[in-house]
Amino acid sequence: MTGPFRTPTGGRIDRTRPIAFTFDGRRYTGFQGDTLASALLAAGVKVVGRSFKYHRPRGLVSAGSDEPNALVTVIRDAGRTTPNLVANEVELREGLVAESQNRWPSLAFDVSAVNDLLSPIFVSGFYYKTFMWPKSFWSKVFEPVIRAAAGFGRAPTAADPDGYAQRFVHCDVLVAGGGPAGLAAALAAAESGARVILCDEGPEFGGSLLAEPAATIDSAPAAQWIAATLATLAAHPRVTLLTRTCAFGYYQDNFVALLERVTDHRAAPDPALPRECLWQVRAAQVVIAAGALERPLVFPDNDRPGVMLAGAARAWVNRWGVAAGARAVVYTASDSAYAAAHDLRSAGVEIVRILDLRPDGGPATAVARAAGLTVETGAGIDRVLGSTAVTGVVTARHRADGTTAAGETLACDLVLTSAGWTPSVHLFSQSRGRLRWDAARATFLPGTPHEAARSAGACNGTASLADCLDEGFAAGAAAARDAGHGAVAARRFAATGTAIDIGGFAGEAPHGGNRDRTRAFVDLQHDVTAKDIRLAVREGFRSIEHVKRYTTTGMATDQGKTSNINALAVAAAATGTSLPAVGLTTFRRPYTPVSFGAFAGASRGDLFDPVRRTPAHARATVAGAVFEDVGQWKRALCLPAPGESEGAAVAREVRSVRATVGLFDASTLGKIEVVGPDAATFLDRFYVNALAKLPVGRCRYVVATRDDGFVYDDGIVARLAPDRFHVTTTTGGAARVHALMEDFLQTEWPDLDVWATSITERWAVMAIQGPQARAVLAPLVEGLDLAPEAFPHMSVATCTVAGIPARLFRVSFTGELGFEVNVPADHGAALWDRLAARVAGHGGTLYGTEAMHVLRAEKGYVVVGQDTDGTLTPDDVGLGWAVGRAKADFVGKAGLARPDLAGPGRRQLVGLRVEDPEVVLVEGAQITADPAPPPGTHALGHVTSAYASPNLGRGIALAVVEDGRSRIGTIVHVPMPGGSIAATVVAPVFWDEEGRRLHA
Amino acid sequence: MLLVPCPWCGPRPELEFVAAGEAHVARPSPDADPTALAEALYFRANTKGLIAERWRHLHGCGRFFNAVRHTVTDKFVMSYRPGDPAPDLARLAETLAAEAAL
Repeated sequence: MTGPFRTPTGGRIDRTRPIAFTFDGRRYTGFQGDTLASALLAAGVKVVGRSFKYHRPRGLVSAGSDEPNALVTVIRDAGRTTPNLVANEVELREGLVAESQNRWPSLAFDVSAVNDLLSPIFVSGFYYKTFMWPKSFWSKVFEPVIRAAAGFGRAPTAADPDGYAQRFVHCDVLVAGGGPAGLAAALAAAESGARVILCDEGPEFGGSLLAEPAATIDSAPAAQWIAATLATLAAHPRVTLLTRTCAFGYYQDNFVALLERVTDHRAAPDPALPRECLWQVRAAQVVIAAGALERPLVFPDNDRPGVMLAGAARAWVNRWGVAAGARAVVYTASDSAYAAAHDLRSAGVEIVRILDLRPDGGPATAVARAAGLTVETGAGIDRVLGSTAVTGVVTARHRADGTTAAGETLACDLVLTSAGWTPSVHLFSQSRGRLRWDAARATFLPGTPHEAARSAGACNGTASLADCLDEGFAAGAAAARDAGHGAVAARRFAATGTAIDIGGFAGEAPHGGNRDRTRAFVDLQHDVTAKDIRLAVREGFRSIEHVKRYTTTGMATDQGKTSNINALAVAAAATGTSLPAVGLTTFRRPYTPVSFGAFAGASRGDLFDPVRRTPAHARATVAGAVFEDVGQWKRALCLPAPGESEGAAVAREVRSVRATVGLFDASTLGKIEVVGPDAATFLDRFYVNALAKLPVGRCRYVVATRDDGFVYDDGIVARLAPDRFHVTTTTGGAARVHALMEDFLQTEWPDLDVWATSITERWAVMAIQGPQARAVLAPLVEGLDLAPEAFPHMSVATCTVAGIPARLFRVSFTGELGFEVNVPADHGAALWDRLAARVAGHGGTLYGTEAMHVLRAEKGYVVVGQDTDGTLTPDDVGLGWAVGRAKADFVGKAGLARPDLAGPGRRQLVGLRVEDPEVVLVEGAQITADPAPPPGTHALGHVTSAYASPNLGRGIALAVVEDGRSRIGTIVHVPMPGGSIAATVVAPVFWDEEGRRLHA
Repeated sequence: MLLVPCPWCGPRPELEFVAAGEAHVARPSPDADPTALAEALYFRANTKGLIAERWRHLHGCGRFFNAVRHTVTDKFVMSYRPGDPAPDLARLAETLAAEAAL
């Protein structure tokens, strides 16, 4: 035996295979086939958790994934700790370690249970009412305390070591749900030859049939029919069967996400296996066979451990061989619960009484009485006795005049309730299908579908087993036909089994208690009672979406599977409207919680985002480089010598470039090769510059805008041949500039014969900058004369450098004599080696991006995206000279013609000079005319770049300032927390204003 | 995830595409007056119903195309190549309504 409540026989468990596990540190034994829930129930564990707000002891309510109370944390190790698992979905395995949640120090004695006594303050919206004052206390005192006291499981403390897989698949027919309707649908679709995926959240197919061993299909026991059907399906090569796989999200165009739990149920999983697999299915047709969820009745203290759904108790006894108690009272508004009463009685449970809310009971009432069961109709439960376990109930008698009187006290340890069944329309609703209200059965059913989807079985409101099978088969056949497969002969099933009651009662059941004081729980997981919902309505909330958010009903991890309809009915009664008039709240994905790991898949750690490294990355690493992220690129920020600080390294690098020579890896620059007979025409239209007449062998600094006229990117256009250009872009702009080129080539000027190819990663680029640059480079160059007059500034040529075929540019982003050597990427490291050696031989240095920034700022060269912000024109940043105004058209010509882009008040790029050379302004700081601006003062602009300049021995800054050029020589102010800093507006060039060094 | 009908490659998952805004917005002429310029640059129809939009099959054939989509149902109605004439969306909507009524 595995516990006092295990039945001697029966169930689908393997009694020859006992399994040891622990719950809250205590050892228990269950059987293979048990869930954690069934094993705990067999062992007589009544309390499995403490409630969210009031810390009330809670027991199992449902046997499925809709269970609101039994959330547990399962622990393999520090990283493999999963909170908030539903105990029904945790399959027992050897050595399983599970813990309850939301209790301290233990389930039996929980300090926070005092909250239950304080419940009058934890009403709807208590956050907003109780903790309003003082304001500063909210984030420091109230919120942390509330968050610690309330809540569910704790996140694991170590990184998740498991792998998660993701698969994209296509199929003709996806069947979501493997109960009778789903199995029949899959069978029909498979017979037509369609590619079929059948999935079910449970560990085995069969759905409700697994809890109903007496059912028969086509004269065979249900279990036999399931086995035969699965064998047939498995024999079809185009059928995929997925158990432990929940279809949790239905997205546009029949894209359905399935989560397969691969290893959680294994005692010693193969480390090669992923823990979970996210199936991303694009299905031509979907058959939703999601079944129905039983709805609890709402009555005072209906949350006591031992109060559970009748269907759940039936499933536990029939499927897992567990009698949930010894003496049961059944409280029902539907016939379904009678089946549970019969089955539990057969297993030896005493059925004390059946209380049927319906005045005259139902068809099952007479059958039960004939079988010797005591049934009281027009009756219910007034209140539940006991706190950590049910000890009895006080019955309620409903009089003809609508009043209710308390009846007698019945001792029991189990209360089975059933208000009826709610079709599970979650997936259908997620697919944006429209629900319809079935007034006769008082339930929402799938109406007009939005996607290629059909519902079959209980989720479609179909009650009897035979009808579910017939409907499922027809839906599968129709889905396969609509997916383009052949017809399947219609089939009817002969079946016996329990029909479920769709519809039934909704809302708070009548009882004799004070409805403003008694607590009848609607949402067990979020501790929302019927009176909380009524209070929200009294306080003025009318929209059900507002009531939901104010009371938080249906917003817990179970998303109100067992509670939503009851909540709607309570709200409808309080507002004096009908349930369909109140309307439904949105059914949100996911149907059941999904681990972050499944969504992330392989996109974690190094694979989270691609890392781009230049061909000389390893060389820079050896040279001591400190890297920074620029988009996906790793760029050397600076290259400190051993023991040297980063600041000292940058200063040394900057000085060295000005004094001798520096080597810089510029490989990350975006590069696009533009070729074709119309290449010159295209570039002339694409950039603001006049480029049509750019001679072969020459380069031009170019500015790109979009049609709005704002600076978008910059770079160099180099003409290698009449029909061939090598174009560079900013590091971050490469992809969008190429995309914009493609856009114009494909859609605006399709007549131009031009190809634009991204060649960023084809070329490694080494910049040699400084007075000694020519001396460093010349001995390595073959086939080209580097003399100033032969190869002046802004020249380009193909040649050989260090024996490597190269495209050599004479360009400079430092203001010094400079060259950029482009060689095929595979030769980048070799080129680096040769150049680094020569640079060192000339007393030069390697330099990184920070030095590059200081050098360019000393010269006032802008960085697009740092000194510009998408609202500045070329003229605003001092590049008006680049605009080819005489051109008939170019991208941005229309925008730049806007009068307000040329008028006064434009922000213009200027330099700022602060008297104290030690002061370096802060990038982003605002600029005002007033040294002590009152709040709300209009800012004239802001600092865009600021550095300590080692060459000038002082701080330098670039800024954009309204009418900045006309303010040169005047004083502006930079208000900072420590006081305003006065600065003189100056021209944005701090070094070699005549540009002599550039042309050396 | 939408299934986007590329006129060259057929229906492909949305993650292969980038949306590129409303279609058939004429590029402003260099001498457009400020009102026409503002219309062309900044004002869009923002239709509730059928719209023609530009897409690019970036992680596929790389080509731009136009497609008609319903902004409420998120369903694509048709797609066509750049340069093809703009469909009459009002008539298209009528046709669809008539088909739906059948």
